[in-house]
Amino acid sequence: MIRLFRTIVPVETYDQETPSTVTLRFRYPAAARPGQFVMVWIPGDDEIPMSLSYTGNPKGITVKVMGPTSRAIQHLRPGDRIGIRGPYGNAFDTSPKKILVVGGGSGAAVLAPAAEIAAAQGSRITVALGATVAPELLFEERFQRMGARVAIATDDGSKGSKGYVTEVAAELLRAESFDAVWTCGPEVMMRKVIDAAAGSRAPVVCSLERVMKCALGLCDACAIGPYHVCVDGPVFPAERIAGLRDFGRFKRESSGRLVPA
Amino acid sequence: MADLSVDLAGVRLRNPFLLASGIWGESGDSLGGAWKAGAGGVITKSIGRLPRPGYPNPTIESLERWGFLNAMGLPNPGIEEYPKEIETARATGATVIGSVFGADAAEFVDVAERMERTGVVALELNLSCPHTEGLGSEIGQDPAEVEAITRAVRERVRVPVIVKITPNTADPVGLARAAERGGAAAISAINTVRALAIDVHLRRPTLSHGLGGLSGPAIKPIGLACVWQIREALTIPIVGVGGVMTAEDALEYVMAGACAVEVGTAVAFEGIGVFGRLVESLGRLLDELGFESVRSAQGAAHGSEARAPMPARRRRPPRSR
Ligand SMILES: Cc1cc2nc3c(=O)[nH]c(=O)nc-3n(C[C@H](O)[C@H](O)[C@H](O)COP(=O)(O)O)c2cc1C
Ligand code: FES
Repeated sequence: MIRLFRTIVPVETYDQETPSTVTLRFRYPAAARPGQFVMVWIPGDDEIPMSLSYTGNPKGITVKVMGPTSRAIQHLRPGDRIGIRGPYGNAFDTSPKKILVVGGGSGAAVLAPAAEIAAAQGSRITVALGATVAPELLFEERFQRMGARVAIATDDGSKGSKGYVTEVAAELLRAESFDAVWTCGPEVMMRKVIDAAAGSRAPVVCSLERVMKCALGLCDACAIGPYHVCVDGPVFPAERIAGLRDFGRFKRESSGRLVPA
Repeated sequence: MADLSVDLAGVRLRNPFLLASGIWGESGDSLGGAWKAGAGGVITKSIGRLPRPGYPNPTIESLERWGFLNAMGLPNPGIEEYPKEIETARATGATVIGSVFGADAAEFVDVAERMERTGVVALELNLSCPHTEGLGSEIGQDPAEVEAITRAVRERVRVPVIVKITPNTADPVGLARAAERGGAAAISAINTVRALAIDVHLRRPTLSHGLGGLSGPAIKPIGLACVWQIREALTIPIVGVGGVMTAEDALEYVMAGACAVEVGTAVAFEGIGVFGRLVESLGRLLDELGFESVRSAQGAAHGSEARAPMPARRRRPPRSR
């Protein structure tokens, strides 16, 4: 029997992206498309789903240090071994010619590689990037390097306009037309993006996050409405999720209990 | 086309393929989805008295085509929260069987009573849970406990009680007999087979819990042997579980003596559409083999096996059919 399920790889590089976000790069041979995720095992601690922030080689994940496990990630150093399985789930369609990317917090982690590929294929990318404070803006330079136009919003006004990134996005949607809108971030934020785009002809695509255990469509941990985020997502056209009871309102805890998001 | 409907301890099922406990069983939408995909009935996740987060990940390990190793740690939202999921599932018209577990008879009874009130057509007692956290022994390995818990639940509920037994025993027939004595209406056999995987690079088990349970194609022969042995000894209805991927697998269980089967791992291999495909291909298979119904194939393989000349002393209990 060949066991290809999980591959143990050393961490190659560890970079602090912002005060609360780190990027780990590692070599993992499987092909991946932007939007897909991997299950990352930190031996002795936990295994968590992480969208790839770099889909080539070396691959990378960019982690907001929040829970105990993402804190454990912060203690990893180059040479430390982690387990990777996947990639799982679907990907962004990178073919639209003019794309608006709306990222809040660590949402930019999964949007950046998708935008990079689209930009390389000749698409025009506009980014609405939001954070609490200026130093927390994720991948601002990376977006600029790929030739994207970047509009910024911070909660405290320390950079760009003061307020929500969704307001910046709404303004852009009023002023111009786009072929697609991609968004990732808190679900309440994504809901506002969907609402803002309602009057435009641009289809909105969202990347969702849920508790995951199997990542194989078996355990039901990641259920939302009729879907399982691990196999039917994590990337969803807005029209499939906007009407679901849970979207922007409820999440399931590890026990399966439904709690307010 | 052959009649696929079956009777499970007085409950009519439109076909013999039940969604196994622990698969697509956390949300009512998922249970309803399995029903809409064609399952003959759906079994809930095993529910206890209180919410449990389960073990930390990794909780599952793939063994490729052999199946999966899992130690989820019985995550569940608790019986207080769960009824609304069953309500959602039942709104689709689904035939729902409620799976319950407990640390002792009192918890089993408490959860079973509250589960019955949700309108489930039957209960399945998951008697393969750890006795005491961390000790690894299972309540369900002790026939006396199995009998006592079954009886305690049986006395307090009206719906049929199905007892799901563990294969991690030298004597599955003894467990089934104990359940029958306790008043079980049917036996499900089997739950997962105790198993382990080790990562040689890290010199540690891959599952956070260490030991886990094996499911999928690798355990089908084990499940079949349990069903076979139970049918040889007892007349109680049996639900076959373990490694059902195809209609042939299901028919093997039926010919071994099962009246229905549960499907778990196949959902990960093929998606929920597996139910529709199983139903269709079982109909075709029965027609091809000349059976007019699932029922008419039940136990068909018994009595055909070659027997060595009987030794002087009887080696096995007399058949009670
Ligand atoms: C991820 C997973 C979770 C499970 N959870 C439960 C459970 O909560 N209660 C239970 O009685 N059996 C549980 N089982 C066991 C299945 O119901 C079934 O007995 C076993 O998987 C064998 O069937 P299969 O080979 O079709 O998967 C679980 C199995 C898997 C793979
Ligand atoms: S994580 Fe198990 S079904 Fe999605």
